[in-house]
Amino acid sequence: MQWESWNAFWEMGGAGPFVWGSYAVTAVLVTMELVMVLRGRSETVRRLLRLRRVTAGQESGRRSRDRA
Amino acid sequence: MRETTITTSRPEPRSLLRFAAPQMFYPLAGRLAPWFATVALVLTLAGLWLAFFVAPTDAQQGEVYRVIFIHVPAAWMSMFIYLVMAFWSAVGLVMNTRLSFLMSRALAPTGAMFCFVALWTGALWGKPTWGAYWVWDARLTSQLLLLFLYLGFMALTTAIEDPRRSDRAGAIIALVGAVNVPIIYFSVKWWNTLHQGASVSLTEAPSMAATMLAGMLVMALAAWAYSIAVALWRVRALILERERHTEWVGAELTAQEGKL
Repeated sequence: MQWESWNAFWEMGGAGPFVWGSYAVTAVLVTMELVMVLRGRSETVRRLLRLRRVTAGQESGRRSRDRA
Repeated sequence: MRETTITTSRPEPRSLLRFAAPQMFYPLAGRLAPWFATVALVLTLAGLWLAFFVAPTDAQQGEVYRVIFIHVPAAWMSMFIYLVMAFWSAVGLVMNTRLSFLMSRALAPTGAMFCFVALWTGALWGKPTWGAYWVWDARLTSQLLLLFLYLGFMALTTAIEDPRRSDRAGAIIALVGAVNVPIIYFSVKWWNTLHQGASVSLTEAPSMAATMLAGMLVMALAAWAYSIAVALWRVRALILERERHTEWVGAELTAQEGKL
């Protein structure tokens, strides 16, 4: 164990802002990327489903026009 | 020609090459990604424990050196991912395989993220040790160029709508930009830089305590597993998008419809 107390741990021998600034920004970016990637797939599925409904609607519209 | 590629012939079902077909790779990626993510999580926790509770205080730098446990793995990863992108781009150009281009596209944002992290942590480490957040030395400048190459690749591939042209344009950036990677790596040898030389190399004994080295390597492995997991997840969305006119994606979408 390197640290006399939790305070000493957070202070990092006076380098606290530099050390924790590095780790915090990395943690935020990694979390953001994970959220974006996992959400991205369900958004893609939803968008493609919508797209399919739109094109299906156009096709059936065209077919009924052709019949008329 | 726009999005007219529909799988007509498939490789021999027993060959490992069958996974080069997006339709085969899509479920495989979905099964593999959670395992890599789990490995990444376990390694990150182990690495952080080594970094903060096992590795000793550095004799010269004190505690600020603990930035190394993110800085070096992120910098390694940012260079390595770019080389992997260049590799898949070359495979795509030579073999005309759609999945290879999608792989390099799936890797780019993660590479850019690690590249930014390397620059950011480097700045926060530079201030207390060199007295400056940024200097225009060869290592820092070439690493900044790498970030621009990543951003350029992402901007270009999203800007061009035609998938074939977009794939090819991205592949060219990836291949030409790969020249920058050895420049970054050897910059500390070739030029007189403020940035220190490599602490770990294949030919010499590492110039650091064994527990420090262990922490750094565990964090590097965690970054590998994380990158693989995220790229596999991302490539699944790219495959659906690209193959949206095929029957199998239609079936997959119908299957997903109920789950949303």
